[in-house]
Amino acid sequence: MEVESSSSDEPRSIAVEKAIEVDIDPGNLLVSDSNEISRLQLNSNPAEYLKELTRSNTQLLINRIFTLPFHRVDDVIVAELPKPTYVLPRSKPAPKARPLSKWESYAKEKGIVKKKKSRLVWDEMVKKWVPRFGYRRAEAEHAKDWLIEVPQHADPYEDQFEKKSEEKSERVAKNELQRLRNLAKAKKVVVPAAKGLTSKVKQSKEELLTAAHTANKATASLGKFQPKVGKLKPLKGTGKKRQFEPLINNQEKAKNLSVLDKIMNKKPKIDVESVVSKSVGSGNLKRKGQGQDNYGDDEDGGQRRGGRRGKQMGTKNSKIKKGPAKKGSFKKGRASPRSGPKKKKN
Amino acid sequence: MGVIQRVVKPKTHRGKRELTKREPKLIEDARNSICIRGNKCSDTTLKFLKDVTKLQKPNSVFFSRKHDFLPFESTTELGRICKKYDASLFVFGSHNKKRPNNIVLGRLFDNNILDMVELGIEKYKGLDEFKTPKFAVGSKPCLIFAGEPFITPSSDYFRLKNIFVDFFRGEEVTNIRVEGLEHVLSFVAVDEKILLRGYKITYKKSGEKTPYVELEEMGPSVDFVLRRTKLAPIDIFKSACKKPKELKPKKKKNITKDVFGSTLGRVHIPKQNLRNLPTRNMKGLKKTMAEKKLERAEKARQGGTDSSTPVEIVSNSPPANQNPSNTMTSSVFVNTSRGPKSDVGKVANAQSGSIQLHLSG
Repeated sequence: MEVESSSSDEPRSIAVEKAIEVDIDPGNLLVSDSNEISRLQLNSNPAEYLKELTRSNTQLLINRIFTLPFHRVDDVIVAELPKPTYVLPRSKPAPKARPLSKWESYAKEKGIVKKKKSRLVWDEMVKKWVPRFGYRRAEAEHAKDWLIEVPQHADPYEDQFEKKSEEKSERVAKNELQRLRNLAKAKKVVVPAAKGLTSKVKQSKEELLTAAHTANKATASLGKFQPKVGKLKPLKGTGKKRQFEPLINNQEKAKNLSVLDKIMNKKPKIDVESVVSKSVGSGNLKRKGQGQDNYGDDEDGGQRRGGRRGKQMGTKNSKIKKGPAKKGSFKKGRASPRSGPKKKKN
Repeated sequence: MGVIQRVVKPKTHRGKRELTKREPKLIEDARNSICIRGNKCSDTTLKFLKDVTKLQKPNSVFFSRKHDFLPFESTTELGRICKKYDASLFVFGSHNKKRPNNIVLGRLFDNNILDMVELGIEKYKGLDEFKTPKFAVGSKPCLIFAGEPFITPSSDYFRLKNIFVDFFRGEEVTNIRVEGLEHVLSFVAVDEKILLRGYKITYKKSGEKTPYVELEEMGPSVDFVLRRTKLAPIDIFKSACKKPKELKPKKKKNITKDVFGSTLGRVHIPKQNLRNLPTRNMKGLKKTMAEKKLERAEKARQGGTDSSTPVEIVSNSPPANQNPSNTMTSSVFVNTSRGPKSDVGKVANAQSGSIQLHLSG
C-alpha cells in the first residue's frame, strides 16, 4: 500500500459515522448513501460539503475493501472483489443454443450417434489411399473414372459423363435446399409455399396439377390462347356454376307442378325403417301395438297427432326435432291417455 | 439446377471474426460507448462530450462531426450508428434555445434503445480546468451516490442512477489493485439537480492497516437538471436484466445446514441384500450327526416320491433382520462438521428408514 507519509500529518481516524448505514457494493465499487443531505451546509459552502460527503462515503468503501481477502499477483497486492450485486441490464440477450436441423433432431430421436470417419479410404480400383472428401478428392475421382461403361439397357448415345455430373449437381442442389430449409425453420421464416407452386422436394399430384393450371393461365390473355398441354385434367371446382334452362321446350311447368304437389301433399315423411329399428331396440314395440288397439279408430290421424305432440314435447325439452322417430317422444305420447292411438304401421 | 442463392455470409475471415465478436455472449464484455456531437453544439456541451470520452476510455469513441438528428425525435439514425460500431451506450450533445446545453444519455439492449434521459448542463467545469494530476486511462472509478431521489423506486432518478452506474463503472473485474483506486465520481441528487463531481484519491496514514482517504477535486464538475426521459417499461427492463440460466449458481443437493451451523449431508443407500450377509461359523451352530442323518433321510424320502422336484437347499442362517423397514430406501445423515465427539453409527428414526450418523470431524 502506497501511503504518503508527510511528517506534519497526524494519523487521522478512518471511522465514519452515518445516521443510516450506507449500501456498499464492492463488486461495482458502488456506494449508495440514503442519508439526508443538509441543505444548509450545501448552500453555504457547496464545494466543501460535497467533498466531505464524498470523502466519508469513499472511506467507507475503502474500509470495506480492506476487509476483503488479498493475494499477490506478480508483485502486486490485489483485493478479491465479490460478484457485483447491483443489477444492470445486459447489452444483448443471452445466447441461445442453435436449433437442431431436421436430420439432427431425427438422429437424436433415434439415438444415432455420429461416427468419426477416417480422412483417407483405400480404393481397390486404383490401389491407393484416396481422400474421402475435400482436397484432391476430385482428382482421385477423375483418375478412376476416365472411362465409364455404358449400362446394358441405356441409350448408347447418352453421355455418361454428363449424366454423372448432372446427378452430382442435383445432389448438391438438394443439399443446399435442405440447408436453406433448416435455416428458415431455425429463423422461423415462412417459406412461400402457397398453393404448392414453389418447389418442394416431392409434390403431390394435386399440387402439380394446380401448378400446371396456374402456369397455363399466367399469360397476358389469361391463358385463353394457350395450347393444351398433354392430358391435363380440369381442376376441381372450376367448371360452370350457373345453368340456364332452354327457352323453348322446357319443363318449367312440370317442375313447378311437382313443387306444388309436394307442398299440397301434407303427409309427413316417415323413415319407416329407422322407426322400426329404434322401437325394436327399445323393446316396447309390442306393448305399444297392443295398447293402441284399444284406442285406435283412425290410423293415419292418430299417427299424425301423436307425431306432432311428440314433436312439441321434444322441442320443449331438448333440441330434438324429429318427432315420431325419437324414442323419448314416443314414450311421452304413450304416457298420456289423450295422446291418441298409436300403432305400428305396416 | 445449380445453387440459386446462399445466405449472406461474411466474405473474409476478418469479417467473420468481427461478426462473432458481436454475437451475444454469456459473460459480456464491457459496454462500448459513443459520444455524438449534434448539429449545433455549444462549447460547454462539446467539452462535456470530450471529457466523458476520456472518462470512459478505452471503450468510447467521440464522433466529432455534426449529426443532424435528435434522439428524442427519431432513433433510427442513432440506432444505425450504434449497431455499426457495436456500441450499447451513447451520449448525444446538442444546444438550442429551448434546451440549452443539452445532453442525452442512453443505452441499448439488443440494438434497440432501452433507456434515454435528457440532461441539461447548468454549470460546467471540465477536466482541464483543474490543475491536478489525473487518473490513469481505464481505471475503475468508485461511484458514490447520495440523495433521496436515487433510492426512491418510483422516481426517474432511480433509473438514472442505474444508467450512470452502467456508464461509468468500467469493466467488470474480479481483482483490484488497491493502489489503483484513485478516482471517485460522486453523484448527489438534491433540489431537482444532480451534482456530478470527480475527485482523485490520495491515501494518508491512519495508524491502522486501512489508510485515511483524502480527496482532491480534479473534475469534471457538472450541475445537471433532468429534462425529458424515455425509460423502458418495467417488463422490458426486467427481461434485459435477466441472468442466463448457465450463470446462475447450481443448487447443491442433499446438503443442508441446521440451526447450529453444522453441515448435514444426506446419503441415499440402496436396499441391503441380507442374503449375502456372511454369518459367523460357530461350532455350536454346526449340525450334529443326528440332524445330518435326519436331513439325509428326508432328502431320500423326497427323492423317492418325486425325483423330478428340485432339491431346495435351506441355509442355516437365521431369517432375522427382515423387518419391514429394510424394504425402504434408507437415507443417512452424515454430519461432516466438527460437532461434539460422538460414536459413529447413532441410529435414529429407524421407522422412516433414514439414519442419521454423526461423524466426529
